[in-house]
Amino acid sequence: MNKKMSLREAFGKALVKIGKNRKDFVVFDADVAGGTGTYHFRDTFPERFFQFGIAEQNMFAAAAGFSTLGITPIVTTYAVFASMRAIEQVRNSIAYPKLNVKIVASHPGLDTGPDGATHQAVEDLAIYRAIPNMVVISPADPIEVEKATEAILDYPGPVYMRTGRSPVPIIFDENYKFEIGRANTIMEGEDVSLFATGIMLHRALEVAQYLRKYGIYCEVVNISTLKPLDKETIIRSARKTKAVITMEDHNVIGGLAGAISEILSYYEPTLMRTIGIKDCFGESGEPNDLVKKYHLDRDSIIKIVEETVAIKNKFMRGRKWKDLKIKYPSLLAQVEE
Amino acid sequence: MDKLYQKATKLRKLVLQMIHQAGSGHPGGSLSALDIITVLYFYEMRIDSKNPNWENRDRFVLSKGHACPALYAALAEKGFFPKKDLFSLRKINSRLQGHPDMLTTPGVEMSTGSLGQGFSAAIGMALAGKYIGKNFRVYVLLGDGELDEGEVWEGAMCASHYELDNLVAIIDYNGLQSDNYNTKTMNFEPLVEKWKAFNWYTLEIDGHNIPQIVNAFNRAKRLKRKPTVIVAHTIKGKGVSFMEDNPKWHGSLAPDDEQLKIALDELDGKELITNE
Repeated sequence: MNKKMSLREAFGKALVKIGKNRKDFVVFDADVAGGTGTYHFRDTFPERFFQFGIAEQNMFAAAAGFSTLGITPIVTTYAVFASMRAIEQVRNSIAYPKLNVKIVASHPGLDTGPDGATHQAVEDLAIYRAIPNMVVISPADPIEVEKATEAILDYPGPVYMRTGRSPVPIIFDENYKFEIGRANTIMEGEDVSLFATGIMLHRALEVAQYLRKYGIYCEVVNISTLKPLDKETIIRSARKTKAVITMEDHNVIGGLAGAISEILSYYEPTLMRTIGIKDCFGESGEPNDLVKKYHLDRDSIIKIVEETVAIKNKFMRGRKWKDLKIKYPSLLAQVEE
Repeated sequence: MDKLYQKATKLRKLVLQMIHQAGSGHPGGSLSALDIITVLYFYEMRIDSKNPNWENRDRFVLSKGHACPALYAALAEKGFFPKKDLFSLRKINSRLQGHPDMLTTPGVEMSTGSLGQGFSAAIGMALAGKYIGKNFRVYVLLGDGELDEGEVWEGAMCASHYELDNLVAIIDYNGLQSDNYNTKTMNFEPLVEKWKAFNWYTLEIDGHNIPQIVNAFNRAKRLKRKPTVIVAHTIKGKGVSFMEDNPKWHGSLAPDDEQLKIALDELDGKELITNE
């Protein structure tokens, strides 16, 4: 986990790499090619790159029409515009007729950083998840972005994929297999399941590794497809650990937290905590500072994990939580009361 | 030309009967658009109802999707689906939705109904046609009230930027929108000047005069490196005296038994009217 690259850069480079072998797609842009990473593709394949200017509504509905000719448009902009400025075009012109349009958006969540709240999409996953016929994907690292880009081109129908702005660690290697609708268990454990999506995966892994030293075994599952959800993997993990924490750089309403609770509340009611943006807007700042302020950082996650394991053990009357050497013992006292 | 007038009258009757059966629909805007749709489907466009997915076919997008009874009547008359289906309009389990659905209705090129979007979709089709080197043409019909949508003007800029001479937009300028006259609701005049300023080739015609419609399409075809817009002056509810130019007949309203009879009788009288 030494090398770093942003998911948008990874996406831009993947487009070029994939574009050399397959001619069945084009890229649409609304004057943010520098921001979404698609400038790589523009510079390599100018004739396959369509500029729509700062006019997202027309771009999305035009993609719908374009796709009917058998060439797949990959429509790119920032997540705020893809999920709100032009969402009704997506709903009525792309999702309703199930057209083969891929929407790939950068600048999600607090990861967007200094641009501030206007450009930090904290609701895109919730919005896209609520639209029938949509597939919703949030890859975790540059390798998964590349694999997912290829996979969504093979899938015949509308897809929303979220990338990211800031450099993140590379987690996977070339052998990693991405499949739409499949959640990958990255680390096995029995104390608590960490269901992470997007760039939260590397934080989940970091915390899981750290806590092992203290005898807390986290199971880390990469939920890169939020829709359709991999019910089987999620239910199996929850059944095993009996405690679940969702992790997303997104509002805790309607995104991964919503998706997981919709499944578990019916199939496997489980103690569940959510890590994410707590129904508020972000602000300007470097992503590393923002995650601390908004409690998406390593220490905040550790705190929630320890708390959750403690609560679980209290309720489950299973392992003796008092034996655990954990970082925030004060919490145990609270749980005790 | 006489045949086209007769066809239009036949379709008008179908439209009225369909909406009567459905109990709701948009008779006014369907009838104002009807002569344009008739010319497109029975004269202008290269299409094949036996091979609806023929890749070189011309495309028509009804961006004012609420006028779909007129489109459905034309498609059924053309043989895309059985005419008896027309009377399932707006009913449960029907292939004819209240607004066009390309997945359920053969011959419908784009799901429309949310104003402005069909126009952009047509631009996408024309752009793709150029990209893959096909020479089909794309026709898109917009309502005048639809021009209130900002997306239309985003699209207008885009189509001329890409020099889409394979695209023809027709404005069904009946002067009325849902609630009132355009000029009262949101005045978009001067209209032709607006399209000129967006770098479109503009034509202004009587949208019920079949030779003028045919002629406009021909002129558009000869033009290179610019999209064409045809501002077609029409009458809402055209062909039925009590509906003509009456905002009441915009939408979610159907003629009752007696009104239907009066309307059909009026149209019977008009079947013989030929090219003036």
